Amino acid sequence: MHIIESGNVAAAIGVKLSRAQVIAAYPITPQTPLTEKLSEFVESGELEAEYIPVESEHSAMAVCIAASSAGARAFTATSANGLLYMVEQLNWAVGARLPVVMCVANRGIGAPWTVWNDQQDTISQRDVGWIQIYANDHQQIIDSVIKAFKLAQTVSVPVMVCYDGYLLSHTYMPFEQPEQKKVDAFLPAFAPKHFLDPENPGNFNTVTLPDIRPDVDGNMAPGYIEIRHNLQEDLRAALDTYVTIDNEFEKEFGRGGNPFIEEYRCDDAEFVAVCIGSLSYQLRDVVDIMRDDKVKIGVMGVQMYRPFPDQAIVGALAGKKCVIVFEKALSYGNQGALYADIKSALYSSEKKPRVHNYILGLGGREIKTQHLLDALAQSCTSPDTFGDSPRWIGLKL
Amino acid sequence: MEKATTILNLTEEEFVHPGNRACSGCGLSIVYRIGLKALGKDTVLVVPPSCLTVLQGLYPVASTKLPCVNVTFASTGAAATGVRAAMRALKKNNVNVVAWAGDGGTGDIGIQALSGACERGEDIIYICYDNEAYMNTGVQRSGTTPQGVLTTTTPIHGKLQEKKDVPSIIAAHKIGYVATASAAYPLDLYDKVKKATTISGPRYIHVHTPCPPGWNFDPRYTIKVGKLAVKTGLFDLYEIENGVFKLTGASHYLLGKTRLPVSEYFSTQGRFKSLDAEIVKKVQQQVDAKWATY
Ligand SMILES: Cc1ncc(C[n+]2csc(CCOP(=O)(O)OP(=O)(O)O)c2C)c(N)n1
Ligand code: SF4
Ligand SMILES: [Mg+2]
Repeated sequence: MHIIESGNVAAAIGVKLSRAQVIAAYPITPQTPLTEKLSEFVESGELEAEYIPVESEHSAMAVCIAASSAGARAFTATSANGLLYMVEQLNWAVGARLPVVMCVANRGIGAPWTVWNDQQDTISQRDVGWIQIYANDHQQIIDSVIKAFKLAQTVSVPVMVCYDGYLLSHTYMPFEQPEQKKVDAFLPAFAPKHFLDPENPGNFNTVTLPDIRPDVDGNMAPGYIEIRHNLQEDLRAALDTYVTIDNEFEKEFGRGGNPFIEEYRCDDAEFVAVCIGSLSYQLRDVVDIMRDDKVKIGVMGVQMYRPFPDQAIVGALAGKKCVIVFEKALSYGNQGALYADIKSALYSSEKKPRVHNYILGLGGREIKTQHLLDALAQSCTSPDTFGDSPRWIGLKL
Repeated sequence: MEKATTILNLTEEEFVHPGNRACSGCGLSIVYRIGLKALGKDTVLVVPPSCLTVLQGLYPVASTKLPCVNVTFASTGAAATGVRAAMRALKKNNVNVVAWAGDGGTGDIGIQALSGACERGEDIIYICYDNEAYMNTGVQRSGTTPQGVLTTTTPIHGKLQEKKDVPSIIAAHKIGYVATASAAYPLDLYDKVKKATTISGPRYIHVHTPCPPGWNFDPRYTIKVGKLAVKTGLFDLYEIENGVFKLTGASHYLLGKTRLPVSEYFSTQGRFKSLDAEIVKKVQQQVDAKWATY
């Protein structure tokens, strides 16, 4: 069934279809309508779940962490400062290997206060170990939420589903609402091996020493560094797992493809514009205009940022003449984080393209199609004249 | 009222393994052992960083025979909420969800999450062992450190401010059960924890917990020091059940009797070394005034 709803509601329906059992959240623009919708689902009985109206985001994630440790499927959502307020908890959730799923409606970070969209909030959290999926439209939001629950519990790592605040969270688009029956077939109940259980007591997240150590039976247990190494290995393996899950999803629902990148007119392209999020769809218009002028250009949206799908990205970009990375976030004092990651992924490839970096749209600054066109025209006409520091688009200095 | 538990009928079942990592004479190890006996097997514990984290052992060895989740420092009340929510969602009833935290984890960094849980009426038991400082990090002042106490962050003059009254703050949330207890009166503690398990909604027990290295006294005097806090009227054993306050046990016994002077308590511990006579006098007056209201 196709419906027309906001991105936040698409996410909420995805959570409902995934039968989340414990939901805890705290209001923050532009995520708020998502949790309002979920509380409505729970109060009306449409969704059989516990909804905990916590007093902060730190507590929201605490509830999710604890509920997940006890064996329940847990969900929360936030934006910007709310995400940053839970940073300690983000790290805890991943260290404890809990399959919590969280939606983030991307928003700029204060100070100064801004409620408008950029992606500094989630990009700044790329190193904590959460899987990060970015949706470009409402269909991808609802589908990604459902896939995220499956991925999270398969690899025991929490997953963030991110989408642009306002641009997606508050706009209305038609999308197909998956059938509950099919979602149930696709997404099995959460049944962890270890959970808080008086019948089989265990001590979770115990102080762990630098070195390995025998248990009471003399078997060696890992030290902290082994546990962290396992996390890294599992995150890298999660790339393949996600492909499998995406294929299963396609079989059930008919929507699939490459789950890491979304390419548009890239096949014969010499130039590829790259970005994360809804901007990639705006860039399609620009690419169409430039194609009319015979510029061989395409656009690639990056849909999973962590673990970094380097193979997919190198496969798509190696051999191109120039790759132009547009970012609504910045690793302050250096460059765009995606730009740096892409350069590093391409470093060992034989046919290295030039790579350019543009910063734009911070704090919701309007991104004009003309600006994108001008930037791409510059990159395409003189790809060799760019330095390594990012250029900013639309600045009014 | 139920008959008070005595040493003759106290359950022999133990939930804490011997040989854990608490210091000798640790008040917490008494409180923990007795508290777990009262809670029994069907219990899930939620523990923030504190001396209890250490007492529980180092991976892969644990000193507690109950399921326990270690959580972040500020999140105890919310984490207990999450365990309970999961238990409800999974239709597992008859499990005690018990948060067990130090005074710093309760009255300072964790007070927001605890207040939220109390306001929401979460079905949890929250036990705060009050050793009156951040002991795990090496005896820094906390909100519940009494006035005049030497800590590593009040090293010369002692703490300037008075002790934060955490149980009263929690009682202001109008939850069904608030009680205080002391490591020096384990059976009183046992009965209060036991009673808490029979009530639903948020329940809060604040336990005065002597700490030999943190308070600077000989480990053999843990019980003596704890009892003196009660007998001088400094720390009172009470219950507030559905808003009704009553002194219990040794504190109730003190009603109408002469209490020991507070100076007697102060003189047992090195942490009060720099107390001047002015403060001792002021504290005595405060205690007398408080008791005049009982
Ligand atoms: C967010 C955060 N800040 C600081 C710490 C360091 N820390 C660990 S335990 C502790 C003190 C605990 O004091 P209390 O709750 O009174 O328990 P006690 O150690 O006295 O048993 C501190 C400050 C931490 N683990 N997390
Ligand atoms: S420092 Fe005090 S509370 Fe902590 S283990 Fe030692 S005696 Fe117990
Ligand atoms: Mg303490």
